[in-house]
Amino acid sequence: MRGYVLKKVGWSIGTLLFVVVFNFFLFRLLPGDPIGLYTRGRNMSPEQLIRLRQQLNRPVGEQFVEYLANPFASAINSTRFNRPVWEIIGERVWPTVLLVGTAVLVAALAGVWLGIRSGWRRGSRFDRITTGTTNTLYAMPEFWVGMMLIMWLPFFPSGGINSVGVSGFFATSVDTLWHMVLPVTALAIVYLAEYTSIMRASLVDELRQDYLTLARAKGLREDLVRRRHAVPNALLPTMTLIFLNLGFVIGGAITVEYVFSWPGLGLLTAEALRGPDIPLLQAVFLLFSLGVIVFTLLADLLYAVLDPRVSSR
Amino acid sequence: MTAIAWQRRRATAARFWADFRSHRSALIGLGILVFFGLVAVFASVLADPAGLDVTKATAPAHAAPSADHWLGTDQNGRSVLTLLVHGTRVSLIVGLAATAIAIVIGTVVGVMAGFYGGWARSTLMGFTDWFLVIPFLPLAIVMATVLGASLLNIVIVIGVTSWPGTARLVCAQTLSVRERPYMERARALGGGDWHQMTRHILPNVMPLVLAHVVLTVSVAILSETTLSFLGLGDPTRPSWGYILDNAYGTGAMSNGEWWFVLPPGLCVVLVVLAFTLVGRALEVVLNPRLREGS
Repeated sequence: MRGYVLKKVGWSIGTLLFVVVFNFFLFRLLPGDPIGLYTRGRNMSPEQLIRLRQQLNRPVGEQFVEYLANPFASAINSTRFNRPVWEIIGERVWPTVLLVGTAVLVAALAGVWLGIRSGWRRGSRFDRITTGTTNTLYAMPEFWVGMMLIMWLPFFPSGGINSVGVSGFFATSVDTLWHMVLPVTALAIVYLAEYTSIMRASLVDELRQDYLTLARAKGLREDLVRRRHAVPNALLPTMTLIFLNLGFVIGGAITVEYVFSWPGLGLLTAEALRGPDIPLLQAVFLLFSLGVIVFTLLADLLYAVLDPRVSSR
Repeated sequence: MTAIAWQRRRATAARFWADFRSHRSALIGLGILVFFGLVAVFASVLADPAGLDVTKATAPAHAAPSADHWLGTDQNGRSVLTLLVHGTRVSLIVGLAATAIAIVIGTVVGVMAGFYGGWARSTLMGFTDWFLVIPFLPLAIVMATVLGASLLNIVIVIGVTSWPGTARLVCAQTLSVRERPYMERARALGGGDWHQMTRHILPNVMPLVLAHVVLTVSVAILSETTLSFLGLGDPTRPSWGYILDNAYGTGAMSNGEWWFVLPPGLCVVLVVLAFTLVGRALEVVLNPRLREGS
């Protein structure tokens, strides 16, 4: 177990280094004058420009070492908001966590339930309908789902996280929930398709196992065979995959947040694009990659805890 | 090539088609793809390309569907149907070209890693794993911003970001093919690395890759739509995502202009779904182990 954990942590650190290096050099490929890109729309004195140019004129290696020392340096300003990038990101994290967390929870619960029902009665009418629907939902761009919802359900708010003029903790919370309905639905619909198919596939994998035959031979009712034996085993890979997905899910919320003007990281990315606001984009990209690495590590460790066979291999 | 070999190939193709035909959903998917393929090829015949020019648009902006404009007009008075027809071409070209790039990179990396094994495999697959970790959409967005908006850049961005899955698949398959007796025979007869890879490994890996290719196209088309929607597409070559971007940007939803919002998304869903259906069926036909309930 210890060797397994060390191996996984080591891999994560290596990946993190790769991402940081990649993040540094990718943005060196920008065409044009970097000074222009970094200072667009800001008033800067000639002295400031000269200082910035001197900074960027140093050898790439030297700049790289400096970046490597602290990629989360708070001194870097966004060109759009003219404030430190990590400060802006700090404000935008929670709306995204709220939105994505709710959507994933709803989609996971519904998806697991649908997956169990259709996987257990594989090939049934219910299964065929579910699989067909899942395939269709999977093919939908989530922002388009959001646009359709806005168009057809106009009594829900179409954007933002709070209405103007709502005050008090309770009123604000209710108002936020009311604003969350459409974006959460749009996100959950698309995730639902993924989770259902994952759960269905892992349950189908279990169906041919000997222990189910044994459980039936013991005389257990079909219902109990499913609930006590098949589902817990099938849930294992599903939970891991859902967890693993969490890292990527945040990146996927970009378009939905954009459509609903939800003030989270996704909208921030979309805003950073129109500029482009390079320092902000760089920071957001680093954060998204970091999220995936952390969740991958957590998923690996979680799987090892839930299934001891993994780490002993 | 001898006549016997050709006969055998014809027989294999016939068996393949019979197998494929037994999947009704795959046939529906194929039908949809043929339809959109024809629309893409004959786009200029179906809708005059002059209709894409903002300066030549004479119809009122945001007009509802009428006899002249079956799907209404956009914010510049261009017919949405014309944009849709020409968007088919862009979306399909980007999807196919990006997939081609991804497959070439993925296959080269995968075959090399699987064939040479050892440190080559650890290095190449480690690199692949790293690429798998970088979140796809943010990476594509960053690259598209860095490279600038043009059709070719979108193709490169999507192609360069979607190869890791292929590399893994090809590597795993190469590893199993490498151990087969006929590879030993090829080596014993003095076949070099290049000969072994191109003549023996590639033909045996390709069938599995084919199913994967079809599924990759659907992902590539979705990515193109997303990138164009975020304004990273080529503004001179309208795609489905570009139409949705315009619809969103000009408030089509709050005005209830369904003809502006619904059709582009529906086209995306149909094409992506069709590719998925065909891909899944191909997987089952080419890899009988995946057949459920046997």
